[in-house]
Parts: sequence; C-alpha cells; structure tokens
Amino acid sequence: MNIHEYQAKALFQKFGVPVPQGAAARSAAECDTALASLPEGPTMVKSQIHAGGRGKGTFTDGYKGGVKFCKTKADARGIADKMLGNTLVTAQTGPAGRKVQTVYFTVASDIKKEYYLAILLDRATSRPVIVASTEGGVEIEKVAHETPDRIHKVAVDPAYGLADFQVRELIFKLGFNPTEAKNAAKLIRSLYQMFWDTDASMVEVNPLITTPDDQVLALDAKVSFDDNALYRHPEIVALRDLNEEDPKEIEASKFSLSYIALDGNIACLVNGAGLAMSTMDIIKHYGGNPANFLDVGGGASKDQVVAAFKIILGDPNVKGIFVNIFGGIMDCNVIATGIVEAVREVGLKLPLVVRLEGNNVAAGKRTLAESGLTIVSGDTMADAAQKIVKLVG
Amino acid sequence: MAILVTPQSRILVQGITGDFGGRHAKLSLDYGTQVVAGVTPGKGGQFFEHAGHKVPIFNSVADAARETGATVSAIFVPPPFAGDAILEGVAAGLDLAVAITEGIPVKDMIRVKRAMQGSRTRLVGPNCPGVVTPGTGENSKGGCRIGIAPGYIHKKGRVGVVSRSGTLTYEAVFQLTSKNIGQSTCVGIGGDPVNGTSHLDVIRLFNEDPETVGIIMIGEIGGSAEVEAARWIKEHCKKPVAGFIAGATAPAGRRMGHAGAVIGGAEDTAAAKITVFRECGIEVATTPSDMADALIRAAQRAGVTLS
Repeated sequence: MNIHEYQAKALFQKFGVPVPQGAAARSAAECDTALASLPEGPTMVKSQIHAGGRGKGTFTDGYKGGVKFCKTKADARGIADKMLGNTLVTAQTGPAGRKVQTVYFTVASDIKKEYYLAILLDRATSRPVIVASTEGGVEIEKVAHETPDRIHKVAVDPAYGLADFQVRELIFKLGFNPTEAKNAAKLIRSLYQMFWDTDASMVEVNPLITTPDDQVLALDAKVSFDDNALYRHPEIVALRDLNEEDPKEIEASKFSLSYIALDGNIACLVNGAGLAMSTMDIIKHYGGNPANFLDVGGGASKDQVVAAFKIILGDPNVKGIFVNIFGGIMDCNVIATGIVEAVREVGLKLPLVVRLEGNNVAAGKRTLAESGLTIVSGDTMADAAQKIVKLVG
Repeated sequence: MAILVTPQSRILVQGITGDFGGRHAKLSLDYGTQVVAGVTPGKGGQFFEHAGHKVPIFNSVADAARETGATVSAIFVPPPFAGDAILEGVAAGLDLAVAITEGIPVKDMIRVKRAMQGSRTRLVGPNCPGVVTPGTGENSKGGCRIGIAPGYIHKKGRVGVVSRSGTLTYEAVFQLTSKNIGQSTCVGIGGDPVNGTSHLDVIRLFNEDPETVGIIMIGEIGGSAEVEAARWIKEHCKKPVAGFIAGATAPAGRRMGHAGAVIGGAEDTAAAKITVFRECGIEVATTPSDMADALIRAAQRAGVTLS
C-alpha cells in the first residue's frame, strides 16, 4: 500500500525525522487555513498523487509542473488553485494521469547539498538494507548504473537492529561536517525505526538535504507498506486513498480476486498467480495484448467467476476473454458450471475461449459444450491462446 | 532416492484442525503419505480421523515429534501465527518445515530466517504448494505429499521440478506426466520475497540426487534467485535443465499476485532472467506450454533419457 507525501511526512515527524514545515489542503478554504499556519516567505506547492515524476509532469489543461516554487504565500495560493481538481500526467501515471485532490504547501528550504537515502528489503540477504548516496535529487537507478561507487549500502541484522558503526559508516561515506553528521545520524536512526515499526516495505527520501545552518531534512518522502502486515496497523490502513486506485482493482479485492488492469484487449481469468502471469505472456507471444492480470485463487467459486466477468467487462477495451484454469484439486466440472452460469448471468457477447485442465476435466468440457453457449474450447494453453488472439483479430 | 522427502518420511501437520489444514491432511492420507501427527495448541489428546486413519493431535510440535517420530512438518497456520509455528518446528529439531501459509508479514519472515541461522531445520516456503515425491501406486499413490498439490497428476520418475508458483508447477508436472515422463521430487519454494529454500538450494540437491536426471526450473519476475541458480548451473550442474520465467508482460512496480512478483529494476525482469538462462546453457521454454518439451530438447542434446 502506498501513501501520499504529506502523510509520509506526518509519519516521519512522529518518528523524529525532520521535514520542512508544511500543511495539506483539499479545497480552496483549506488552502487558506493551511497557508495561514505557515510563515510568510518562499513556499513550495506540491501536487499529492501516488505517482512519481510530479515536478516534470504536465496537467491535462496544458499547465506545466506538479511541484512549484513560489516567492510568497500569495503566489502559492494562486498556483494551488491551478493544481487542485486538475489532472496531472507524469512519466509514471500513464496518459490518463491522476486527478490532484490534495495539495501540500511547505516552507521552501535553503539547500546546501542534496543526498539520497532509502530503506528497503534486500532479497538476497533477507535483511533490511539502507541505501545512501551523495547524488540526491536525481534518478537513483541512473546513479547506480553510471557511478555505482557513489551508492553505499548497509544491511541491518534484524537480531541486533541498526548498529552505531553502520550509521557511522554511512555518515563518513556521505562526507558530512560534524554538525551535519550528528543530525544525519539521528535522522537515519529515526527513519530506520519508522521503517521497522510500521512494517514498511520501502522508505525513500530523495532528496535528503543539508541547509546552510547544517540542518538535515527530508525534502521528499515516498513510503510503501507490506500489504501482508496491514492487519496489525489500522493507523496505516486509515491513510489509504481509494482515489489513487483503479476502481476495478478495488472491486476485485472485495471478492478476494487479484486484478491488475493493463492496456490490451484480451481479458484473462486464471487460477494462480504464476499461471495468470504466464497466461498474459502467452497471449503476447501469439501476437495479442492482455487487458489484465486476474488471479481467482485456488478455489474459483461461481460467485468469484461472476464477479470476475463483471470486472473484466467493465473495461471498455476488452474484445475477448481467455479463461485458463488448471483444476488441480477443484473439480473442473464445478468450475465449468460456474463459467456457464456466469456467462448467462452477465449476458456475455464477446468471444470466450476456455482452457480447462485437471481433475474431472472430461465432464467439465462436456458441460461447456452442452451449454448451448458459444464457448470455444482450447486443448492446451498454447492452443487456447492462439484461438483467442485469432477471434479478437 | 528423491530429495527432501521419501514415501517413508513421517509428517506432522501444524494446523490440522483448521479447514485448510484438515482438508489437505485428508488428501495426503488418501495419497498414502505417512501423516503421523497433528498439532493444534489446546487440542492435545484428540484425534484427527479420516477413512480409517486415526491421527493423534498434540499441543506442541516437540510433543508430536517425540511421541510419533515425525521429522517433517506441513504448516497451515494462519499468517499472524505462522512465523511462530515455523520457529516451533525449528526448536523441536525437525529436518524440514514446509510452510504453505500465504500472507505472512515480510518482517516476520526476516526475523524467522535470522533466528533459523545455524539450526538443523530446512524451511521450504512460505506461500508455496509444498513438496511431492511421487509413489509407485496408481496415480502415483504411495508417495509423500506435503502441502496442497494435486497428487494424481504426478508419476514416479527421474525429473526434478522446482518453482515459485503453484499452478505453474502443476502445469509442468502435468505436461511431463502426459508425456509419460515421471518426477523424482517436485518442490514449490513459494512466491514470497523472503523464503527458506531458494532455487539454487533445490538445484544443488537435484544435482546430487542420483535418481534425478533432468531438471525444470520455473521462476518469475522479481528478485535475483533464478539468476543466482543459473550461474551456478553453468559452472556445476551435470544434468540438463529447462527453464521458464513468468511475467514477461508484467508492468514494472506492480505486485502480480505473489508478494515477491514485482519488478524492482532492469535486473529482475523476465527478459533479463531469460537472457541469463540462455547464457548459462539452460533450455528456455518459450511459452508455459513448452516446459516439458524444452526439457526433452535439453535432454536429447545431452544424450540423457528422461523416462
């Protein structure tokens, strides 16, 4: 689960990570209140959407820049009006962009130098790893590729926690002066504590900055959390912003379906995550384009299949459906019956190819064939994929 | 020989009185697996009964292991308690703990994995279909089935299968069995970012196992475990290997069902992993329908008979 920058910074403050003073607003009236809480002077206005690349983004009405520097609070007020309710398109949003429902005002900081700091899981060692660099404010992937020697990492032993020597190691490598070093050490410790205590899966501060008076501040904040651990963090769940999620994905989650929208026109309905991913792949392999990832789980009950069909058909791009089920333990005939009922219930008009394999598959195929519906049967994944690609054309 | 478990292995089931654990304990008993104990705290002294089997239930893994000689555990405990359940198996000195549970917090697994360092127990999973060593009976009955895989699709034989995904494992096994090629052992290592046994761990075991003559390795986007295994295969593996990576069409940054199936950078895409597979002499299955055929091609080239 992702949260907004302003929410992440509120969490930072709670754990003692210094951030520039700021206030969020969702309406014109809230803009006035928010700005009244900040001192007069240079102010940043930042569009709050979950996607990155906001500063270089463009609004659909042509206005450029989702993050703006303003000399005065009055200027900031005017800019906020342009952003609120407007749709911002960035490199990460896709062409549809995201509607800006919240803006965040912060005191503009004097920047001496920019750094990079992040904490995430290192899968190779199964430990949290702190990543830091003197190259802040730029794409870290680029730094890692071009100047890997400027990326510093320490893996934290979960049995002991973050050790002082590891914090010192990072501080020395980043080349802070003594006052900065003291402030940065405290910040790194606090950030790690937040990462660990909240079950975060990633915390990224880009840039982390030093100021002329040697303060160290998190100028930006990107945080995501481990979905598996949300059950023990109601305070984090409360930060979820449904406006940032695809409505079809929200609907799917209500039926324990794992659904992710893509931009193709062949919808898939599959049991199992690995099979669902490779069903998308095989559609592409035979020249088609998958419209979604959809894993109905191991069971695939009739209710789930009906819900899945409705969600799939809610995507106007969909021109055909590929159902790929490996009924290991589940009786294929039960699944086939569910498919037939679902097709009748939603009145499906689009081409449908079903590949059914596994337990009691002969009876399942008979049920599909005798349904009177125009369901095309595929013998193997490859056969079925070629059939749906051909039908969609 | 097979790896990890044999038809003689004595299995206990943690969470045997839950719906999920109970259903699959019954299927394992039907398969002929030696399910000798169940563990549910507070239900010690009761029995799990199915089709003439009467499996004693214990309050702790230590009690179950001591009283029944069980050395392997199948864990079906719900996610908030699953980390604890794994450590209980470790503390009891089991040989193998297979965690089926999906949805364990990553932090719990980070701590569990650290706590397991230096212990004698091997963990497979979590979020995995389990381990099957097929038997010689009808529909491969008489084998050892730990977890949730459909037993009947297997056939006793000489191909090892290792995978992060449940249904893709079944797909590969089904293709092999349909072509009359049997399996030595099939291992689902699970779809989570932190797991107990890696692709490489299983590949090493298959390489050492005299019964296994060929290997199918199935991976997906996210992490570098398949790449690590491929590089080792290039240097050390004496047996033909076929590989498949799911997620060539997955968008970056999205979690594709499995917690660990997310593209983090250029290195953990399907294309990057497939490139490494090819460099390392692994025969790549171009589609998921091609997994068994890919191994047949690799075996022919190596002059190995699979069935």
